[in-house]
Amino acid sequence: MKGNKDKYGKLFLSAFKLSACTFGGGFVIIPLMRKKFVEELHWIEEQEMLDLTAIAQSSPGAIAVNAAILVGYHAAGIAGAGIAVLGTVLPPLIIISVISFFYTAFRDNVIVNMAMTGMLAGVAAVIFDVVITMGKDILKKKRLLPVFVLLAAFAAVRFFNINIILIILVCGVLGAADTIYQGKKKEGAGI
Amino acid sequence: MIYLELFWSFVQIGLFSIGGGYAAMPLIQYQAVDLHPWLTMTQFADIMTIAEMTPGPVAVNSATFVGIQVAGIPGAVVATVGCILPSCVIVTLLAYLYYRFRGLTIVQGVLAGLRPAVVAMIASAGISLAILSFYGQRALPESLGGINKISLVIFAAGLFILRKWKANPIYVMAGAGLAGVLLYSIF
Repeated sequence: MKGNKDKYGKLFLSAFKLSACTFGGGFVIIPLMRKKFVEELHWIEEQEMLDLTAIAQSSPGAIAVNAAILVGYHAAGIAGAGIAVLGTVLPPLIIISVISFFYTAFRDNVIVNMAMTGMLAGVAAVIFDVVITMGKDILKKKRLLPVFVLLAAFAAVRFFNINIILIILVCGVLGAADTIYQGKKKEGAGI
Repeated sequence: MIYLELFWSFVQIGLFSIGGGYAAMPLIQYQAVDLHPWLTMTQFADIMTIAEMTPGPVAVNSATFVGIQVAGIPGAVVATVGCILPSCVIVTLLAYLYYRFRGLTIVQGVLAGLRPAVVAMIASAGISLAILSFYGQRALPESLGGINKISLVIFAAGLFILRKWKANPIYVMAGAGLAGVLLYSIF
């Protein structure tokens, strides 16, 4: 029982800290979560983190909240999901509540703006770092299809503004077809 | 009554914003500016700026802000709960399905197909942020000369530190904020 309580506490604190640091949109939380839950706590595997990202990304709502639900659920079931969501929602709730009382002063403050401009560059670096790490993992498999999917999906999102849900659907079907094909090939070779 | 209206508006925003904060913006504008007299267009622009400047999801940030404007702190809580409720139901269900069925070969195939696409999407989001950081706008400008050199230096230093020493991203972001204050004060 104590072990569970420890886990709840750790989950809440981790979610709270991560959320308090998620500047610049939902994707930023993915590298932060990866660092915390994959590399530090070892609650989640590298591949699993990518799966959870895909689910968080293609479900309705904020990516950070969705990702918190998934990680929390994995760590400690429904209660874990609730705790992780609470930890994720509290920092913005508190910060915005405080700021809303003097928000024009905050928005026009020179020092706040300088810090935010610097932080934006830092956020971009964090995302590039995780993309390099994850991209290397995919290249390491030395298979053509994942590399093709990576490039095609990138072009679809970046240059053609194709709906993310559609991309996820197509890539999922492609992956399923590939698995069936590989399975058949193995069967054929076995005979 | 106003609580119920707030709650219901943000349930809709939470339910229909797929793909992160920027998808939520037009929905928030529709609910809080066009449909209900909760925010003026200027207030809406302000909250979008602040939502980007402060941590946390854009949808949660604006729910809190709109809620406070309309009905104080209880309003903020009601709007925020409304905004995350659809996620809580749908994603918990998906989490259950994922952990129940991910061992199946076909599901593994689907997931293997998704992984490179997810990396591509994160890469695209990263490039958008880098462009915003270097040029102060979302689209790449015609001439690439007007780049913000301080941001470029902070970005390069941050990436180097992350790759070389596997530093904790939170410290890198805090350091980048500090470097921004220092460098912009000096130059």
